[in-house]
Amino acid sequence: MSQMNMAQALNSAMDVMLGRDPDVLVMGEDVGYFGGVFRCTDGLQRKYGARRVLDTPLTEGGIVGAALGMGVYGLRPVVEIQFADYAYPAFDQLASEAARLRYRSAGEFWAPLTVRTPYGGGIFGGQTHSQSPEALFTHVCGLKTVIPSNPYDAKGLLIASIEDDDPIIFLEPKRLYAGPFDGHHDRAAASWAGHPLSEVPQDHYSVPLGKAAVVREGGGVTVLAYGTMVHVALAAAEETGVDAEVIDLRTLVPVDLETIAASVAKTGRCVVVHEATRTGGYGAELAALVQEHCFYALEAPIARVTGWDTPYPYAFEWDYFPGPKRIGEALVRTMDARA
Amino acid sequence: MTPHSPLSLHIPEPRFRPGEKPDFSDLRTSAPGEVRRPEVDAPAAEFRDLAESLVRVLDEKGGAVGPWDPKLEPERLRLGLRHMLLTRAYDERMMRSQRQGKTTFYMKSTGEEAVAVAQAMALDKGDMLFPTYRQQGLLIARDWPIFEMACQVYGNAVDRLKGRQLPVMYSAREAGFFTISGNLATQFIQAVGWAMASAYKGDTRIAAGWIGDGSTAEGDFHYALTFGAVYRAPVILNVVNNQWAISSFNGLAGGETATFASRAIGYGLPGLRVDGNDFLAVTAVTQWAAERARRNLGPTLIELVTYRAAAHSTSDDPSKYRPADEGSYWPLGDPIERLKDHLIAVGQWSPERHTQLAAEAEETVLAAVKEAEAVGIMGSGRRHSPATMFDDVYKVMPWHLRGQRQELGF
Repeated sequence: MSQMNMAQALNSAMDVMLGRDPDVLVMGEDVGYFGGVFRCTDGLQRKYGARRVLDTPLTEGGIVGAALGMGVYGLRPVVEIQFADYAYPAFDQLASEAARLRYRSAGEFWAPLTVRTPYGGGIFGGQTHSQSPEALFTHVCGLKTVIPSNPYDAKGLLIASIEDDDPIIFLEPKRLYAGPFDGHHDRAAASWAGHPLSEVPQDHYSVPLGKAAVVREGGGVTVLAYGTMVHVALAAAEETGVDAEVIDLRTLVPVDLETIAASVAKTGRCVVVHEATRTGGYGAELAALVQEHCFYALEAPIARVTGWDTPYPYAFEWDYFPGPKRIGEALVRTMDARA
Repeated sequence: MTPHSPLSLHIPEPRFRPGEKPDFSDLRTSAPGEVRRPEVDAPAAEFRDLAESLVRVLDEKGGAVGPWDPKLEPERLRLGLRHMLLTRAYDERMMRSQRQGKTTFYMKSTGEEAVAVAQAMALDKGDMLFPTYRQQGLLIARDWPIFEMACQVYGNAVDRLKGRQLPVMYSAREAGFFTISGNLATQFIQAVGWAMASAYKGDTRIAAGWIGDGSTAEGDFHYALTFGAVYRAPVILNVVNNQWAISSFNGLAGGETATFASRAIGYGLPGLRVDGNDFLAVTAVTQWAAERARRNLGPTLIELVTYRAAAHSTSDDPSKYRPADEGSYWPLGDPIERLKDHLIAVGQWSPERHTQLAAEAEETVLAAVKEAEAVGIMGSGRRHSPATMFDDVYKVMPWHLRGQRQELGF
């Protein structure tokens, strides 16, 4: 075991996989010599060479398209899109190609591609360094969407993603790279040191895809969260004293409905939180699933605490970001509601 | 300050519309045998003249002339002729099937048979092909069963793609033929990635990608040339310039003032422009580019100049946007006729044998297509179970797809 922050844990996952499997290669903008703008690939090129850890031209569509061809050949590419906000030029290759190769060829062709990309706000990233585009990917059949919230899961989920034979969108909450963040931006930035989930095995292990984690047990209300929002929801529960059960979904598609349904059956209430904009967001899918599967257990309307339906603003960071106050209010409102 | 007159926007227009008399005298061509043949390791900067001229081997009298003559054995030329005749006969038959309501859609490659057949024959069996929807001749030249192709068009119970794909979007891994996508140009950069992987693994196989003149306007064309050049990927990048992208003439894709081969120069790649209806010339440039790729010297962009003789698809009526007889004015003729004339000119063929081979091709196609129709056509006969609709979205079916399959009754 060693103490790692999330960036180091992700680095360790790629290190382990590059070491184990000669068909694994890492590619993206600035990932090679420089080690990545967030240091996630630091040192990997020195260790494995420029052939295995490639710097690429600045072309997201080209990176994903080329990686897909490599995957078809039989390699296992791990590509980085520098910010999720810049995944759109690659959207055609992801949605029309990566997601459908296996289906349209009836299993003749597939590409075991992992697309890592930092996402999410809380860093004064403005409009194009803060977005949470997960719903664009969860809507595409054939893709799996994975989001870790701590160093231990980050490494285990990334290894599981690289080993998985389906194309994976691996969204990394950049606000959590260096430390957990509970939304209290006025307090000193925390570090992962001392956090139990920053103790990470140095060797190979994996965290299964499609399995959520109950990170706080409670009987009053189920909170469905992922990424940075897991930590914000935990803070909101502590600060309001609401007996909330907080679930870290970890994989959005395929989502762990069993864990969700068991929790809502117990609590009878549900609050969904995400940073992404509300309309058409992944929270709508979660709310619909809970409504379909837990209707008779529900004692209150399902609440959604999300980013507003606006582009992510710069100067209004903390008016936009769904912080512990807004989540806390939703928890209290949901607890007070009477069916 | 000098006063300027108001600006005006240039909208490229084809020179001839329905009812007008076509004239291709401005097509940039070269005399057969005229264009030089550089060494395969020549620097990319030395290809400007080649990107502007036209490699041709077959002359007006059916002779093979100049430095690009691949000097193929007559047996191989007759095999090429057979593959082209099969391709044309298959296209004719499936077009008729669509008109008879046996399938909903079809796309012919009439006039472009030499592109696919000569290129497939110039490559090794292990080389990976990333085609568009108009290179069915690649499959035929790799001896892929016409029965299998027809079953795909009919979406019947034998269709390897299980009725999931629009007709002509074939996939044949065993033939090294990559799954065709409806999204244009995507395969061009994928071909480069495959080639990079082959080099990464120290393999000896190369990749070839195809794209139409219209689709060169897609970003993926640029991605492919950039990645190909940056990593010197062992790939052949083919632009099939058949003059038309549905109703848009190639000037709308940027072909009005520059050739598509000349795009290569700016990326630091060699660009060759070849008579796409000249079986020998297509063979020669493909062999040249393959040799360059195999010697780890990187990619080549080949523009194959040809003419889309048929409609874009069964859903298209070209007489609405181009002269109905435009194809008869096409100066580079018909690829099958030209190879036939060559073989006759060198004493290796006769009109009688040709008629016989064409008839055999039609019979072969008819038998295979009938066999496919006996399995099922669109809307009747045997098809795959709708339960299979949920397979292969993922390697292992997740719970939500199992639930939806049950919802459908399976």
